[in-house]
Amino acid sequence: MTYLTKLSAAALSELLVSKQVSAVEATRAHLDHIAAVDTDLHAFLHVAADAALNTAAAIDARRVAGESLHPLAGVPIAIKDVLATQDMPTTAGSKILEGWVPPYDATVVARLRAAGLIPLGKTNMDEFAMGSSTEHSAYGVTRNPWDRDRIPGGSGGGSAAAVASFQAPLALGSDTGGSIRQPAAVTGSVGVKPTYGGVSRYGAIALASSLDQVGPVSRTVYDAALLHDVIGGHDPLDSTSLTDSWPSMAAAAQAGLKDGALKGVRVGVIKELSGDGFQAGVTQRFTETLALLVAAGAEITEVSAPNFEYAVAAYYLILPAEASSNLARFDSVRFGIRVNPASGSLTSEHVMSATREAGFGAEVKRRIILGTYALSAGYYDAYYGSAQKVRTLIQRDFAAAFSQVDVLVSPSAPTTAFKFGEKLADPMAMYINDVTTIPANLAGVPGMSIPIGLAPEDGLPVGLQIMAPAKADARLYTVGAAIEQLLEARWGHTMLSQAPALTPTEMFASEEGAV
Amino acid sequence: MPSAEMKNRAELMDFDKALELFEPVLGFEVHVELNTKTKMFCGCANEFGSGANTNTCPTCLGLPGGLPQVNKKAIESSIRLGLALGCEIAEHSRFARKNYFYPDTAKNFQTSQYDDPICHDGSVTIELESGRLVTVEIERAHMEDDAGKLTHMGGATGRIQGADYSLVDYNRGGVPLVEIVTQMIEGAEHDAPEIGRTYVAAIREIAKALGVSNARMEEGNVRCDANVSLRPRGSNVLGTRTETKNVNSLRSVERAVRYEIQRQAAVLAGGGTITQETRHWHEDTGITSAGRPKSDADDYRYFPEPDLLPMAPSRDWVEELRLTLPEPPAARRKRLQAAWGFANLEFQDVVNSDLLDAVEATVAAGASAQAARKWWTGEIARLANAAGVAADSLVTPIQLAALIELVSDGTLTDRLARQVLEGVIAGEGTPAEVVASRGLAVVSDDGALIAAIDAALLGQPDVLAKIRGGKQQAAGAVIGAVMKAMRGQADAARVRELVLERAQAIE
Repeated sequence: MTYLTKLSAAALSELLVSKQVSAVEATRAHLDHIAAVDTDLHAFLHVAADAALNTAAAIDARRVAGESLHPLAGVPIAIKDVLATQDMPTTAGSKILEGWVPPYDATVVARLRAAGLIPLGKTNMDEFAMGSSTEHSAYGVTRNPWDRDRIPGGSGGGSAAAVASFQAPLALGSDTGGSIRQPAAVTGSVGVKPTYGGVSRYGAIALASSLDQVGPVSRTVYDAALLHDVIGGHDPLDSTSLTDSWPSMAAAAQAGLKDGALKGVRVGVIKELSGDGFQAGVTQRFTETLALLVAAGAEITEVSAPNFEYAVAAYYLILPAEASSNLARFDSVRFGIRVNPASGSLTSEHVMSATREAGFGAEVKRRIILGTYALSAGYYDAYYGSAQKVRTLIQRDFAAAFSQVDVLVSPSAPTTAFKFGEKLADPMAMYINDVTTIPANLAGVPGMSIPIGLAPEDGLPVGLQIMAPAKADARLYTVGAAIEQLLEARWGHTMLSQAPALTPTEMFASEEGAV
Repeated sequence: MPSAEMKNRAELMDFDKALELFEPVLGFEVHVELNTKTKMFCGCANEFGSGANTNTCPTCLGLPGGLPQVNKKAIESSIRLGLALGCEIAEHSRFARKNYFYPDTAKNFQTSQYDDPICHDGSVTIELESGRLVTVEIERAHMEDDAGKLTHMGGATGRIQGADYSLVDYNRGGVPLVEIVTQMIEGAEHDAPEIGRTYVAAIREIAKALGVSNARMEEGNVRCDANVSLRPRGSNVLGTRTETKNVNSLRSVERAVRYEIQRQAAVLAGGGTITQETRHWHEDTGITSAGRPKSDADDYRYFPEPDLLPMAPSRDWVEELRLTLPEPPAARRKRLQAAWGFANLEFQDVVNSDLLDAVEATVAAGASAQAARKWWTGEIARLANAAGVAADSLVTPIQLAALIELVSDGTLTDRLARQVLEGVIAGEGTPAEVVASRGLAVVSDDGALIAAIDAALLGQPDVLAKIRGGKQQAAGAVIGAVMKAMRGQADAARVRELVLERAQAIE
């Protein structure tokens, strides 16, 4: 059944719908593969093997009974640990939530379940999604399937690695400054940050409320679109959720496969997201992709977004400010671990303090302190206030650019996957890695990363970022699917089929109950 | 460093003396708890008295991933309250996070409003007992969510100091509040304590008339923080203020303001300085004690709530809501007193007993105003007081009006009517049904009365002789005997008439 894990969600769905494969078979194949490879990769923090098989059996029974099910019913999926799941621990990669099982499902999780997808487990992430390498997880790193000495990106390294290593055809991620797109880029997978408000945040443990957005992670653009259609749309529980009715993203992706889909599409290349600081191989693959676009009839224009220069600085004021307030609730009173102080009286203040001291990692503390400072009386205007003004300027840059072009493109990340430890000691170097992805979060516009080849110098995946105006997510899927098709036609294969084979460490462990 | 004991037993200056030396400056923050069905930011019930932590959800418990959704009814109530306070309703308003750590605050921030409150710049004119009119300017009225309730276990005082542990009930967490903040009130002079009481009473009355709050101070629906500072006569520099928190009865507001004036005057006159701080009000001993220091630089790190969209209440909606405002309570009181012809004391009695609505409804149901007042503030209030319930929970105005009608048409005496009232309260039916079932109607059959009168007259020949001799006052003894024989179910005036008649006619 190994071949089942190689299939796209769409292909697997066809086999499920035509009853050539059962959901139990599909689920078991993925659980076996997880058991075989994840001891080493550590994409998952929690695997719910029994629950997944039970859910799959129930889906099979309904399908056999002739019930009309969602096409993705029976397709396994991995869920980033930032999303509340009432049957699985939800830790957001933090010690402070160790073992916490929420009493409720995030809206996106509830929608997955309603559509009959099979949750396999929860994936690793930087603690509270703070990071670009998954090295800040309190539960250990996740390895990049392309090179196990390298980071899988972050914060959603677990979801990206799970999908790239065929442990799941689909995953959910969350993207505050690139946490879906950058891991997709460095693992050769597809990741989409939808328009802010396009997907419910209810039940997504908040990092920075005005930036966070949940989105799909997959191996193909079409699969991402199918998942986007399941999780997207208005949710009354999220007040920032848009009430618009959305077109089918899957239909938009299919439109991209038609001949001439790129003809006349105006593509803007952001001048500020190139040049210095961009790895040569990244630039090379990016330039080649532009040539491919031109050949397909697209019109390439260089556009300037002069305020992008300030995006990272503004982001690292807004994010910590909101995070310092969002993370205040982790106080041991109602949930999560409780740590008593080593000395002194057991007042609530002392217990809160000791719990936060022991429960939060260094990066989380760093950002809480930064944010607390940025919001302090006397500093608010200079820091948070100024950052909000930059945000407005960046939104204007996007508006100006989108008045000239249909989509904007850039490399998804300045470099390919870096080695573990390379940027840990230098937070600024880590932060700068998100220079390409952050502007979309500040402006609320949708962005997608798709693989465009391997950098010649290190043989590691390079991603293309495509951005569209707010609410024009469908445009990403059309353009993304078109480019994906052109590239695969040129290569003669998918990119992930070139990933090194992973050595099974424990064959069929799930059957032996080892997971 | 004075001991806590010394702090608690502060020196007080005589009130009149304090006013000679200082001018009091006041300010009030009144929290009005709205009576919406659900909480401010989630669908949990807004209910007093449910089992601990039963009205909770991921949002109001501050669980990871919980998000707020604004209760439109709470916005509507806030706007109506603001309009009734003469406020402008902001065209653009937004929520802000007030960040501070405390176990009763589930998110460790309060969702409040900072630089864009929903209502601002209003005023309330209150009338003091002397007839003096005082206009209290309202700076702002903003929306926020309430905290949970802490119960400190162990320790002698029930306060957090000395407690072994504390319990938190988040049922109240997330309940909608409107905080009404006044401008500085200057020129209060000797009326300062009364202004405090009357102002809070006015807010309470307005909230109640609007129906936006249950407005029961004893249940914490209306809570007052009183700011008091003293300025030496002749100075134009404001003194340091204290904020006495959670003063939860009208009488206490008056007492707390008076106490702080007397305490601060003694401190200042003794060469001391006032510490800018919050103070606790002690209902039992009638004193305030030091709470936590409070500086104007308290840093709550306010920032706009990113989980909620800014609001822009449409002008049409605001005007629609303005049309729903009831008659202002002060105007209504004037109108009703005039219509009913009550003396000031009679009217105050009704108002202070919170029976204005009850009397008005009883009059509307056909009763005379005086009769309605006497019953509500007399017998019914007495029974309610004994039972520890609200008077208007015992009988309906319609029942009472029917009872009053039975008295005025002679079916019942006052004494019988009280028995009928008991029956009505006991759930035996309408007054007419109780009269029937208990057989309490006045005996109006002259035949039965004459038989009883004749028997009584013949039984007391000396009295009979006196009456015949012209001593009409002797009839009293016979009337008493007849009333007793009729078990009170006779109209004494009619009995008297008949006694005098029979005394002449009898053989």
